[in-house]
Amino acid sequence: MNALRRRLPRWFSGVVVVLAASTALSAQDWVKTGSGLGNQRIRVAAADFKPVGSDPQTPQLKTVFDATLFNDLTNAGVFEMVSKSMNPLGMPGAPAEIQLPQWAADPANASMVALGALQVSGGRLTVSGWVLDAKNPGSPQVLGKQYGDTASQDKARAIAHRFADDIIARLSGLTGIAETKIYFVSARTGSKEIWMMDYDGQNQKIVTKLGSISLSPRISPDNSRLAFSSIGKEGWSIRMYSMELGRMVSFSGGAAGGSNFSPAWAADGSKIAFSSSRTGQSEIWVADANGGGAHKITSFKNNSSPVWNPKTNAQIAWVSGRTGEPQIYTMDADGANVQQMTDGGYAVSPSWSPNGQFLAMAWNRKYDPKAAGAPGAQDIYVMDIASKRWLQLTHDAGTNDFPSWSPDGRHLVFQREIGHQSQLWTMLADGTEQHQLTRSGKDSMPNWSWK
Amino acid sequence: MNTKLRVLTCLVLLVAAAGFVGCKKKTTSPSGNMTAPPSGPAPTAQLTATPTSITAGDQVVLSWRTTDATSVSIDGIGDVPSAGVKTVTPTESTSYHLVARGDGGSADATARVTVAAAPGATAVPNDMSSTNLTEEEAFKASVQDIFFDYDSYDVRPTDDASLSKSAAYLAQHPNLKVLIGGYCDERGSNEYNLTLGQSRGDSVKKSLVAAGVAPDRLRVVSYGKEKPFCTESTEECWQQNRRAGFTLDR
Repeated sequence: MNALRRRLPRWFSGVVVVLAASTALSAQDWVKTGSGLGNQRIRVAAADFKPVGSDPQTPQLKTVFDATLFNDLTNAGVFEMVSKSMNPLGMPGAPAEIQLPQWAADPANASMVALGALQVSGGRLTVSGWVLDAKNPGSPQVLGKQYGDTASQDKARAIAHRFADDIIARLSGLTGIAETKIYFVSARTGSKEIWMMDYDGQNQKIVTKLGSISLSPRISPDNSRLAFSSIGKEGWSIRMYSMELGRMVSFSGGAAGGSNFSPAWAADGSKIAFSSSRTGQSEIWVADANGGGAHKITSFKNNSSPVWNPKTNAQIAWVSGRTGEPQIYTMDADGANVQQMTDGGYAVSPSWSPNGQFLAMAWNRKYDPKAAGAPGAQDIYVMDIASKRWLQLTHDAGTNDFPSWSPDGRHLVFQREIGHQSQLWTMLADGTEQHQLTRSGKDSMPNWSWK
Repeated sequence: MNTKLRVLTCLVLLVAAAGFVGCKKKTTSPSGNMTAPPSGPAPTAQLTATPTSITAGDQVVLSWRTTDATSVSIDGIGDVPSAGVKTVTPTESTSYHLVARGDGGSADATARVTVAAAPGATAVPNDMSSTNLTEEEAFKASVQDIFFDYDSYDVRPTDDASLSKSAAYLAQHPNLKVLIGGYCDERGSNEYNLTLGQSRGDSVKKSLVAAGVAPDRLRVVSYGKEKPFCTESTEECWQQNRRAGFTLDR
């Protein structure tokens, strides 16, 4: 048993790494190809973009654009990025201006080069971007695109995200995540409100201003509505914010007294599952997206944190304390066919991977309620649902909770609390490349948009 | 040890009172509503007083209904549920003023009660406030917090006496309604702790109902680990936070 357990992580990390690189390809390929795809990363150089014209905004926007593009390509986890210090001198603004052999040669040794020009004129930002195959100088152009928007730092970042996603799609076949958003809870204004930011931690904005305590943001699959829970005089209720209208909208079945919290969207946006104590104990309920037709689908106490299988839309994973400490379970969307996934400890906060195969969760496997103090550590794990085999992604770093999958199924955002300071982090789905996204206020409960 | 515990309990109660006041301030503060753009359907509000004319010392039943409101308050009473009934004993003619605030704006309603002086009871108005204070103090002294073991929502057998005392007090004061707040320590996950706090509140409610308190006088709200009374990572503090707390549900 012990030997098996020791072997599992290695087996699993192979699967995840390979899965990571092949999500958009055939779902079964990874079984045959085995591990080692990490060696096949394309080596990409990103040239600094050439500023055109004399508008005083240009240098600032160029700096933002260059940094964002390089960061996006690095974060994608499918490229081996050439350190900018190894780039040849010069700032080519178009394919005709580049000496490709210099980029193909050491020390850059790039397979692909992203380059282009950036111009501000009349309050408008125009970016021309190309990707050239450095090893194929005869016919190098792989991608050529032009982007335009109003001239601002936010738009410069947004264009860099779009160009990065275009590059990722062209070179890897994957759908990039550079244009996705992360919703989260922050107490930086003094009360816990829902905030949003770009996937890379930039552009942080407050969404709700209710002045009470708002928790568990969950964005709808089409990005139009944000469900969350908030406490008022009557207890916790499920609330709804329209991202399109920029204001609160009604969710009729969300307030029923007691505790109504942890909403979750069905993959087609037609239903919301949530925890409610309206009939006495905390059970999982399902309501239509407008709040009507609420009905109970569990029948034991202490149930919370449902999440739909985004692939099939036919199952729900959730947390139940029916046997003592909270464990992760799955069931059909009507409450039938209950399966316990975790085998002990303290397991909470499931997030279902976009391809339907994995559950990410927060788990304290050594949890012992009889021991004094805070026993064990709470880390992020990923479990293969079919085999119930798991991989531990975080080690020896704070208390980790609320993992949420990126839409490409290759990244996770999560909450890490160290010394009462909770911040948001991301990592690849194999636990590598962990980095911190937020640094101000107490930030928690991240939720990655579906697209 | 005993005095220490008593001091601790007093401290907790003080902090609780302070916290309660702090909450109220926060919810009645207009800042949140001012900054949010007006949206959603406009609230509606109705308030009636029965009877509208009494002699001092008699009771008046206030009943109100609102729609599309996220916070409702009555001047002199404070925050109230979106709909409800409340018994008051005004000592002088009073206009009860209700304000309902929601995402779509605010609405208000007023009910006037005329009070005739009671024969031979002229000293009553002066003493009313202190009488109320005593009631609050008596409530806090008689209905005391129940503390729980780690990750447990079972009432400890040693708390049976305390709950019996609470039930007896509530039996003697049939007009009081009680809000039971379920609280957890800082460990564990925010969402799951809301179910744990709910279960703690439910356990205590069940015990009080078993001791004869009408269930509709008891309301449970879980605060999970969202409203800790202390924030140190010590067992002493964790124990203070693992509790069901009682406040008058006005």
